[in-house]
Amino acid sequence: MAAPLLLKGGRVVDPSRDLDEAADVLIQDGRIAAVGPGLGAPDGATVRDVRGTVVAPGLVDVHVHLREPGNEDEETIATGARAAVAGGFTAVCAMPNTDPVTDNQAAVGFIVRQSLRAGFARVYPIGAISVGQRGQQLAEFGEMVGAGAVAVSDDGQPVASSHLMRTALEYARTFDIPVADHCEEPSLSAGGVMHEGLVATKLGLKGIPAAAEEIMVARDILLGELTGGRLHLCHLSTRGSVELMRRAKERGLRVTAEVTPHHLSLTEAACERYDTHAKMNPPLREAADVAALRQALQEGVIDCVASDHAPHAYDEKEAAFDDAPFGIVGLETAFGVAYTELVQGGALTLPQLILRMSTVPARVFGLPGGTLQPGAPADVVALDVTAGWCVDAARFHSKSRNTPFAGRSLTGRAALTLVAGEIVHDAPAAAQA
Amino acid sequence: MTAALGKDLIGLERLSPDQIRLILDTAEPFKEVSERVIKKVPALRGKTIVNLFFESSTRTRISFEFAEKRLSADTVNVAATGSAVQKGETLVDTAKNLEAMRIDMVVIRHASSGAAQFLGDRIRSNVVNAGDGKHEHPTQALLDLLTIRDKLGRIEGVKVCLVGDILHSRVARSNIWGLTKLGAQVAVCGPHSLMPRGIADLGVTVLRRVEEAIEWADVLNVLRLQLERMEAGFIPSLREYYRVFGVTVERLAKAPRALTVMHPGPMNRGVEIDSRVADGPHSVILDQVTNGVAVRMAVLYLLAGGRPELADAAKGPAAGGTD
Amino acid sequence: MSRPERTTILDARAVSRALQHMAVAVLELAHGTDDLVLIGIQRRGVELAERIAKLIEQQEGVLVPRGALDITLYRDDLQTVGPKPVIGETRLPGDLTGKHAVVVDDVLYTGRTVRAALDELADFGRPKRISLCVLVDRGGRELPIQADIVGKVVKTGPGDRVDVMVQELDGKDQVDLVRGARQ
Repeated sequence: MAAPLLLKGGRVVDPSRDLDEAADVLIQDGRIAAVGPGLGAPDGATVRDVRGTVVAPGLVDVHVHLREPGNEDEETIATGARAAVAGGFTAVCAMPNTDPVTDNQAAVGFIVRQSLRAGFARVYPIGAISVGQRGQQLAEFGEMVGAGAVAVSDDGQPVASSHLMRTALEYARTFDIPVADHCEEPSLSAGGVMHEGLVATKLGLKGIPAAAEEIMVARDILLGELTGGRLHLCHLSTRGSVELMRRAKERGLRVTAEVTPHHLSLTEAACERYDTHAKMNPPLREAADVAALRQALQEGVIDCVASDHAPHAYDEKEAAFDDAPFGIVGLETAFGVAYTELVQGGALTLPQLILRMSTVPARVFGLPGGTLQPGAPADVVALDVTAGWCVDAARFHSKSRNTPFAGRSLTGRAALTLVAGEIVHDAPAAAQA
Repeated sequence: MTAALGKDLIGLERLSPDQIRLILDTAEPFKEVSERVIKKVPALRGKTIVNLFFESSTRTRISFEFAEKRLSADTVNVAATGSAVQKGETLVDTAKNLEAMRIDMVVIRHASSGAAQFLGDRIRSNVVNAGDGKHEHPTQALLDLLTIRDKLGRIEGVKVCLVGDILHSRVARSNIWGLTKLGAQVAVCGPHSLMPRGIADLGVTVLRRVEEAIEWADVLNVLRLQLERMEAGFIPSLREYYRVFGVTVERLAKAPRALTVMHPGPMNRGVEIDSRVADGPHSVILDQVTNGVAVRMAVLYLLAGGRPELADAAKGPAAGGTD
Repeated sequence: MSRPERTTILDARAVSRALQHMAVAVLELAHGTDDLVLIGIQRRGVELAERIAKLIEQQEGVLVPRGALDITLYRDDLQTVGPKPVIGETRLPGDLTGKHAVVVDDVLYTGRTVRAALDELADFGRPKRISLCVLVDRGGRELPIQADIVGKVVKTGPGDRVDVMVQELDGKDQVDLVRGARQ
């Protein structure tokens, strides 16, 4: 067993226990041993000075695309897990739109094995809702859960059939897993490449109306109510979706939702000059949507932040806007963007942000982590929220560089990331090397 | 000396009113060149121009080709109609290949909005947008402006209504920019299923019925209705479109003032426009075609000047890429 | 460098005398007015051609055909100077084949303008003869071109400038030499 590790002198923020104080964290045998001020170092312990940082439960991202199997040139489970810990994430949930689709226990098992081999962040597979994500036949939830899947989703594809969505919600109840839906009414969004609004009109690009998302959000909420299933809505992007979520929560329905850092910080204006790094689905919306999403996150109407990390090869984005794929990488910018935009922007406090990026997502997907409670796995991050840094995509650990934040100055990044008590990312050490 | 228009002509959105006026004024002497027995001046002698048409367009390509030849440029036509090759890949590779062949100018027509910008950001040669998707078709709008100025003596204060499929029309977008910048009053009229979101925010009035447009306007610019729009469910039938929105002699008879009718071509006679209107006294459709060559000569001539020092600046960070 | 120094080399009366002399010389050169066409180069050559035509009319009672030529599109230096913002009018009185075209310009200097004018005229037909008539020949030729008729010869250097003013455009008839103007 590794020697005990004492993180000394940090500001400890643990939203799971409503804790925000100067304290030390002692880690032993891969678990949190103690949290408190002035802890003494046991014999043989390594002491790590973390003064000036915020020590928090490791961040949890319930929505990433790691491209393995199928597109290992864009990302692998190993590079994705490495990028995750660089971004302060100790656990990520991998969406099943791989090639082949992760729609059976063997495929789920492959991801589990690859992630154990890779180390770094914990990678939890999400299984497909339908076989091949074709929207017809239910995948084998039970076997996939048995192999390690923590949720099901057809993300990347909307579940067009209301019948299928209903069945998925009902069937998933047996295993008590969330059904995560990408809300998009396909006949309304067909051919669309950005938000339907003034910028799309000027650029001559086909828009995706807000209603394409909201129709499905409304449908899913109704189906959630009908079935009593655990419904999770992916990457909400419109103020209309926020209103639907607010009403659902007021009525006490079992529905949760996520929002991405980019939908919390960018608008359709980012698409001007046909920047394909601003092409994503759901598309970047309007300023009023961004404001509503921020407020919803603060109030808990939206439960958590998820990156929707979507790596694409350089030459795929190097294309006309219509031809470029949707999506951006996010693991290594998520916390910086969120801290800069939301905490420095005054929308959330730092403990609220950690609640929404760690404690709540862990709880929603039933994952260990999200807490510094003694006895819990020592998945910990020390965040530097003082120094500014400039996003240099060339230095990403991810294999892909497709980010609209390149060149942006951000505040907030992981200084030290621990998974099960092991240091898996050490920014100061890396800087010295 | 800095070039009057910059490196590329991508759209009228980014031109100033003075730049637009300069193009129109420069087009005037070029009209005369086309009336000569020897329709050729040596202004662009030794320049190589590639007409890169990813989308078929006989009329625009011929107009550009005449403009280039009358300026003594050497021209090559590349027709790369959307084959099995992915459009995006073709565009990047084409850009690199053109660059390697040291050509001076590219005239590009492409089905994707932003394609001209994409190319312009990646090569040093001048790029002229001959229509990109639903974005802009600047030389068409410039020839429309020149035709209006020829016919009415001015553009400022003239009421121009664009009639038809505004949603899918690059001609409409370029006309809206050009007309509003030169002080015209602009309206759009067509089925609401073919109206883009937020169009009124561009400073145009939205008219519901073609009768209102005829009552209001000095100039009707009637847009081509693509037959695919019916198949895609935007309108029920061409027959009904003609009944409700067709510009007919009977409707024009009710116009309270002399009305000029334009059409960017090619026309669907009996769909958006009545043949008797297209060939009748209101029509300046053939003047538009004549002016097209002069306007394109002016654009090519103006872009050719002062090119070298601007090419580097225009390359910008976007062109570099990371690997 | 010292301040530019401006001296008048032809005043209104001298310009008038020079034009008189040029008109007579044109008639002699063309053997009368039968095939004569006067072609002014934009800008001030057009006005001077018009003046010479009037003088010929007073003497012969015939108003000879006149044309205007803008040589911008025939210049050989588009790359270095960039395009002139607005190109002047080119208007010729019909086919020049078989005519004696007298090209009129204000100042003859490097000869490049005349070279361009000759190229352009060739696109309008095949005159039986082309002659050149200028108000001021300031020397400094870069091409083997000479004028047939000259109003006034002036010695100048490359840093000098010759300003020709005509009543129609400038409000007075006058020719100034500006020394050290750096054209």
